[in-house]
Amino acid sequence: MADITNQSLNEIIENIKTKKVSSTDLTKAYIKNIESAKKLNAFVTTTFDKALDNAQQFDKKPNFDQLLPGIPLAVKDLFCTENTKTTAGSNILNNFIPSYESTVTKNLWDNGSFLLGKLNCDEFAMGSSNETSHYGNVINPVGDQLVPGGSSGGSSSALAADLTPATIGTDTGGSIRQPASFTGTVGLKPTYGLCSRWGIVAFASSLDQAGPMTKTIKDCAIMLESMSGFDEKDSTSINKKKEQYSKNLKDNIKGLKIGIPKEYRVDNMPKEIDELWEKGKKILIDLGAQLIDISLPHTKYALPTYYIVAPAEASSNLARYDGVRYGFRSKQGKDLIEMYEKTRSEGFGDEVKRRILIGTYVLSSGYYDAYYLKAQKVRQLIKKDFDESFKKIDAILTPSTPSSAFKIGEKTNDPVSMYLNDIFTVPVNLAGLPALSLPAGVDKKGYPLGLQLIGKALDEQKILNIGYAFEKNCGFKNEIKKWWS
Amino acid sequence: MSLDKEKIKHVAKLARISVDEAKVESLTKDLNSIFKFIEQLNELNTDKVKPLTSILNQSLRSRKDKISDGKIREKILKNSPKENEEFFVVPKVVE
Repeated sequence: MADITNQSLNEIIENIKTKKVSSTDLTKAYIKNIESAKKLNAFVTTTFDKALDNAQQFDKKPNFDQLLPGIPLAVKDLFCTENTKTTAGSNILNNFIPSYESTVTKNLWDNGSFLLGKLNCDEFAMGSSNETSHYGNVINPVGDQLVPGGSSGGSSSALAADLTPATIGTDTGGSIRQPASFTGTVGLKPTYGLCSRWGIVAFASSLDQAGPMTKTIKDCAIMLESMSGFDEKDSTSINKKKEQYSKNLKDNIKGLKIGIPKEYRVDNMPKEIDELWEKGKKILIDLGAQLIDISLPHTKYALPTYYIVAPAEASSNLARYDGVRYGFRSKQGKDLIEMYEKTRSEGFGDEVKRRILIGTYVLSSGYYDAYYLKAQKVRQLIKKDFDESFKKIDAILTPSTPSSAFKIGEKTNDPVSMYLNDIFTVPVNLAGLPALSLPAGVDKKGYPLGLQLIGKALDEQKILNIGYAFEKNCGFKNEIKKWWS
Repeated sequence: MSLDKEKIKHVAKLARISVDEAKVESLTKDLNSIFKFIEQLNELNTDKVKPLTSILNQSLRSRKDKISDGKIREKILKNSPKENEEFFVVPKVVE
């Protein structure tokens, strides 16, 4: 059989079901790929022995009715995995072995898959290039010295390099969609509350959402179906009937109204992004959709709002890392307070410290109204922009990112220029909406570019359908040479 | 508004993070550029806007006050940097 690892998840599942490949052979093929891809630094931890055990058990007693029968999966190292180290890309969790499983990963395993390893990410998911991880930079398989995007950079890199058939990430301000765009893959941030946050290392609780990263839209639907669902343990989990996204996938989008927001452009945006957007619009028109010009007037305030809300929530969430109950503890410090201060200083990296300080400041006495309350008000305006627009349209089409993948080190000296990467992805998190990044073309350097489809709350099926039709007509093919092995 | 070094040291104290004197300078520069960016929000008049406190059209669920988990002390202590039988151990607090 030809190399199975460059197939889509859906094709692999078919091959498992028709016994063309066993779960054990499939797992071995991925292990081989992972071992020859150390240069990419996509993995923090591998669990090969456990994975092979699981694969052999599946082959002995296969259940082909499951959504993910005998499928090995690597996941972002932000999901707590029982008895497997979970670092969140941080030194402060360098020895943390959860005694429980996150709901989202448990859902994946309950559907027949099993863990292959834990994927590198920006520290506590704070970053847009995977350069803030304590465990080193991840390389984009698209090109040596290119960042894979962030924070789910290990996930995007591993997926694009055929080191896992599909994966999951988390998206607080673009951390699934931006890396998907940088690697020519599909990434979905679901509606806030669709996937449980229980057992995911928290960054900004009102924005965090887990979602699939895959090679195709069909794969994305399969993964979303497997991982989502109501969870009593997450107080913001939405209690609704489970949907069969993959079974209900349709490529007929005739008559759908697609909004084109005039505010989604930035100064000095490469011409190629505009051209890509035009190409996307044309494909949708050819498929029978109707384009409608819309305005989301508060778009430019989304990023400043995000950089108040997210650090504020992070400073509160990360207060738990004090070196007492779990995680790293500094050997220095004469008394309790000094122990806290040294532990947090040595345990957190620069970007995380920066954001904790921003968050602490905007929440501190005398500044709360000027910053945090102000941001919550602007967040309301941003949400209202979307609510108004969605009265007359079905979905919104925008570019995913203002540029293609950049070089390692290119933006690390200027935090604001790094933050600007998320300018098109952040508004969606603030409004709690679902959004899909789909690969749509390449720039003149040959680096992938993505387009983003934003849907109404809980309208994942519709944006997946649009993506499905788009994918069939776009003609994008991710051609990555395996230069690393 | 601009943040000076003293203010940053104070915030770091509140956040229980010790900051190297050598790094205060660059931190001050970075934070000031971030705050300059954030303060674009002041262009907007939001006097009549209600702050958004939840993006879900539902209030937080409350659950029954019932133990659903427990008797896992050993499991929990296993991850602690320092423990003594049944307790987490911290540097001496009371003289």
